[in-house]
Amino acid sequence: MISWLSHLGRSFLFLLQLLAAIVPATTKLRVRLLTQQIWSVGNQSLVIIVVSGIFVGMVLALQGYRTLVTFGAEESLGVVVGLSIVRELGPVLTGLLFAGRAGSALAAEIGLMRATEQIDGLELMAVDPVRRLLVPRFLAVMVSLPLLTAIFSCMAIGAGGAHLIGVDLLGVDSGAYWSQMKAAVDFNHDVMNGIIKSVVFAFGVGWISLYQGFYAAPTSEGVGRATTRTVVLSSLFILGSNFVLTAMLFGGL
Amino acid sequence: MQSRSVEAVVGFFLCLGVAAILVLTFQVSDLQRSVSGNSYTIFANFENSGGLKVGSSVSLAGVNIGRVTDISIDSDTFESRVSLTVEDKFNMLPKDSSASILTAGLLGERYVGIEPGGDMKLLADGDVVRFTESALVLEQIIGQFLFSQSSNKSE
Repeated sequence: MISWLSHLGRSFLFLLQLLAAIVPATTKLRVRLLTQQIWSVGNQSLVIIVVSGIFVGMVLALQGYRTLVTFGAEESLGVVVGLSIVRELGPVLTGLLFAGRAGSALAAEIGLMRATEQIDGLELMAVDPVRRLLVPRFLAVMVSLPLLTAIFSCMAIGAGGAHLIGVDLLGVDSGAYWSQMKAAVDFNHDVMNGIIKSVVFAFGVGWISLYQGFYAAPTSEGVGRATTRTVVLSSLFILGSNFVLTAMLFGGL
Repeated sequence: MQSRSVEAVVGFFLCLGVAAILVLTFQVSDLQRSVSGNSYTIFANFENSGGLKVGSSVSLAGVNIGRVTDISIDSDTFESRVSLTVEDKFNMLPKDSSASILTAGLLGERYVGIEPGGDMKLLADGDVVRFTESALVLEQIIGQFLFSQSSNKSE
């Protein structure tokens, strides 16, 4: 219990340290550091996000169609797919995939730097590891995850995913698909809230993975544990905060 | 050279992400649906505004001209008082226009349809639409139908 509380307190102090370092780090941030991190965090996750988005959209169209056709309302497929992807599935699934793909990699990378004493080396050279290592990674996560979420949603809804199954294979009218979706999905209420969710998830994944890596026990076992914890805690954070965010943003509680 | 190509790929990723947000904005949701720019508000009292929601569209001859911005109870008449915010460019509604609550399709969304009248005076900000037609409540219609069936039989 005490150790759990001290973990919580330490991670919070770590977060404050990280946030305080963002402004001084960005004023003389080497852009190359950030692009390098966006590349390894964002670009490298692109394939899994695109492929998952397409398959989630396809399955959603198939299931939604089977249910809707019972009521003769299969033209509303666009509404079902659009709302569920933009509001919930897009941000949550992208967040979970991202935590597994990029969060674990970050934790392992930083943890191994800790284990091989590279972080101590940086400190000896009077280079602040928080500014040099952590801030670019944190910013890269904050930039990448919302964009990946948008890409996931487009893939799931668009021509590769639900549209392919619903319109091209099952015969829902393309005009009805898009127009009913447009009528039901509101920009401020749905799209913006999805983006807000993904920003919160990015914040959580960035915080958890960097903290776990930075404070990993400097052994191979410690790095492994940090990676596992990152995935578990990030997933719990995403699912839990998603409920809270849904209650806050859409009301109903 | 190595870092240059990384930068290009990152730029591509950023463009892709922004493009996806734009697609979500304009293709999936319809940003133009929200009342943008100047608008004026008129009120309409309905006996029953069942199913109408804040944000439902206001349409004239099938063209979206505004949105429902508030639904409350008129404490004098116990009717539903609906605020309709209409874009300024549609400020040519005659004063005796009527408002009715319609349904898009059998199970579709409720919206307010405006039927223009012939008055020379125009509706201005804060005016009340006098002629209104309430929402069709399916249960009431079925109830009436069953009632008339049974009364026919007893005769």
